[in-house]
Amino acid sequence: MRTLVDRRRFNLLLGAGVAAGALGARMPRARAANKITVLNWQGYGTDEAWALKLFAEQTGIEVVHDYFNSEQEMFTKLRTNPGAYDVALINSAWTSRIAEEGLLDPIDFATVPNSADLDPLLRDSSNFAFDGKPYGVAWVWGMNGLGVRKDKAAGAQSLEVLWSPEAVGRVALYDDAITEVGIAALLFGESINDPKDMKAVVEKLKAMKPNVKLIWSSEDQWNKAFSAGEFDYSIYWSGAAGRSQKTFKLPVEFIVPTEGAIGWLDGLSVPASAPNKAEAVSFINYMIDPKFYVKWATEVGAPASANAKAMEELPADDPQKLIHKTEYLKKLQFMSPMPDDRRQAFVDAWEEVKAFYAS
Amino acid sequence: MSEPQSGAPARRGLSPGAVTAALVTPAYLWLTVAIFLPLVAMLVFSFLTAAPFGNRAVSFTGAHYLVFYNRPYLVEVALRSLALGAWTTGICALIGLPAALALSRAFHGRTREVLFFLVILPFWTNGLVRVFSWTMVLRENGILDDLVRAFWVDAPSIGILYSYPAIVVGLVHAYLPYMILTCYLSVVAIDDEILEAAKSLGARAPVVFWKIVLPLAAPGLIAGSVLIFVPVIGSFMEPRILGGTAGVTIGTVIEDQFTQAFNWPLGSALSFIMLAVVLVVFAVFSRALRGRLTLS
Repeated sequence: MRTLVDRRRFNLLLGAGVAAGALGARMPRARAANKITVLNWQGYGTDEAWALKLFAEQTGIEVVHDYFNSEQEMFTKLRTNPGAYDVALINSAWTSRIAEEGLLDPIDFATVPNSADLDPLLRDSSNFAFDGKPYGVAWVWGMNGLGVRKDKAAGAQSLEVLWSPEAVGRVALYDDAITEVGIAALLFGESINDPKDMKAVVEKLKAMKPNVKLIWSSEDQWNKAFSAGEFDYSIYWSGAAGRSQKTFKLPVEFIVPTEGAIGWLDGLSVPASAPNKAEAVSFINYMIDPKFYVKWATEVGAPASANAKAMEELPADDPQKLIHKTEYLKKLQFMSPMPDDRRQAFVDAWEEVKAFYAS
Repeated sequence: MSEPQSGAPARRGLSPGAVTAALVTPAYLWLTVAIFLPLVAMLVFSFLTAAPFGNRAVSFTGAHYLVFYNRPYLVEVALRSLALGAWTTGICALIGLPAALALSRAFHGRTREVLFFLVILPFWTNGLVRVFSWTMVLRENGILDDLVRAFWVDAPSIGILYSYPAIVVGLVHAYLPYMILTCYLSVVAIDDEILEAAKSLGARAPVVFWKIVLPLAAPGLIAGSVLIFVPVIGSFMEPRILGGTAGVTIGTVIEDQFTQAFNWPLGSALSFIMLAVVLVVFAVFSRALRGRLTLS
C-alpha cells in the first residue's frame, strides 16, 4: 500500500512539524528547572528508583544521574564539566579541597530544614569547612575498625590483638593505604591523617607479617573468605559488617577499639556552577530526611545516617543501628584532606609493607 | 596508464597502491588512535610532576624513572613479577605444545572442532568470573578438597588459595589458549612426510620430537610466549584475588599508583620501565634462540 501525500496534506504535515519543532525547542527550557543532575557512585542511595518517584511526586523535580568510579574522577568531572551538575556526592576528605578551587557553593542550613536533626559532630565537621563556611551537608558515615569472629575473638578491645600470638595466620587487612597507615597511627595515639614517623608506621605494620593471611579489597571477597573460615581477625568496614550479619548470617562482631577507629563521612554539595540550586538543595533535604533513610536502610541497605533522628527511627534490632552508636563518633578520627605528597607517602609506605608481606 | 596485456578484465581507476592504502588505512588509523596516541600521552605523563588535570601547575621531571632506586623494595617486586611471567609461560608451553600436537595429529573433523571449542571457551568467559570460580575451587574446604575427600575421607586440605601457586594456576588458565592456538598453527603446517622420512631413517620418537617437531614448532612457541609473558608480568587482577599476601606484583603497584595515589606519572614511568625490561628480555632470548634454531 502506498500513502499518497498531496500538497494539502504535505502542508499540514509541514505545519505540524514546525509546531512540534517550536514546542520541542521550548520544552527543554521549560523542563530544565524541574530536572536536576546528581553526580554520585552508582547504586549509592540517590538513584533509588522508588525514592526518585516519590520525590518527583512531591516536588515535580525529575532527578537524573551521572556516575563516577573514583574520587579523582569525581573531582575531574566537577572541574571539567561546569554547569553539568546540581548535586554532587563528595567524601568529606575532599570537600574543602574542592571548595578551595571555587567549585562549590556554601551551604545555608536555613534552607535545609532537615539539617536541624543532623548530629552536630558530623554537621559541623571541619572537613566540610573552608574559609569559615560549610560546603557540604553531612549525609552518611561509617567506620573502619575491627571485624572479628564471634566465637574466637569476642571481647577483643585493642588493635594490638592483630599482632597477638593467637592471631598468627588469622588476620585479614584492607588493601587501602590510608586505612592501614591510619591503624598504626591510632595505635601510636597519633593523627591518622598525619602520623609523625612514617618509618615507625612501616615497621609496626611489617611486624604483623606472621599474622597476615589475606589482604582483601572487596566486601564480597571478605565475606567469602570469612565464611570459608580463612581468618578470624580483620580490619573491616562497619557498614559491611552489618550486611555480613544481616544478609549472610556471618558470626562477625564489629568492634571500635580502645585506640579509636577510622571514620569516613560522605556529604552532598552543590557545585558553584549548578543551574538549579534551589531544586538541588530541596533534593539534599530529601536525602537526609529520616523517611527516605529508614526505607533505604531497611529495604535496600545503607551506611549510617548522619541524621540522628533517622538513626533513632531504625528498628531496635537493626544491625546498622547496633553497630553505629552515636557515642562512637567521639572515638573516631575522620579521614581528612591531605596534600598529594602526603598521600603518596601513605601509598608508598603501604606498598613497602605489602612487598614485605609477599617476600 | 598502460592497458593490461593479458586477457584479464581491465579494472581502471584504482592503482594497486591505492587499493593497498584503502585496505590498510582503517587498521592503522585505528591503531594510531587507540594505541599509539594513549601510549604517547602516557609517555609524556611519565615525565610530568603530576597528572595535568584541572588547573594544577605541572612541570617536567625525570624523577619518576628513579623509582626503583628510591624504592628498593620494588626491585624484588619486579623480579617476582618476571618470575611469575616465566612460570606461567613455561607451564603454558609444557601443557600447550602437547595439546596442539594432539589436536593437529590425532583428531580430525567434528572431534577436533569440539576440542577447539573447549580450548577457546575460557576466552568467552569474563575474566573476573573465571578468577572468582578459581577461589571456590582452590580454597580450604573448597571444591578441590571436597573432590579429594570423596575418595579419601580424612585427606588433609590441599587448598592453595592465597598463595603464589594459586596465582600461577589462575594465570595459566587465562593464557593457555594463546599458547595452544599459536603452537597449533606451527604444528599443523609440519609435513607428515618429513616425520615419516625421519622415522624411516631410524629416528625414535624422542629424537623426532627434539630434532624436527620442536624446531618447527618454535615460531608458535615464541609467539605464544610473547603473547603470554607480557600481560602476565603486568597482571593485577589474578594476583589480587588469588594471591592473598603473595599477590603483590608490579601490576598491582602500578594499579595502586593510579587508583590510590592518583600519581599517574609514577604509574606510567613504572609501566615504561617494565616495557623496557621486557624488550631487553626478548632481545636476549631471540639472540639465544636464533643461535639455536639455525641448525644447518
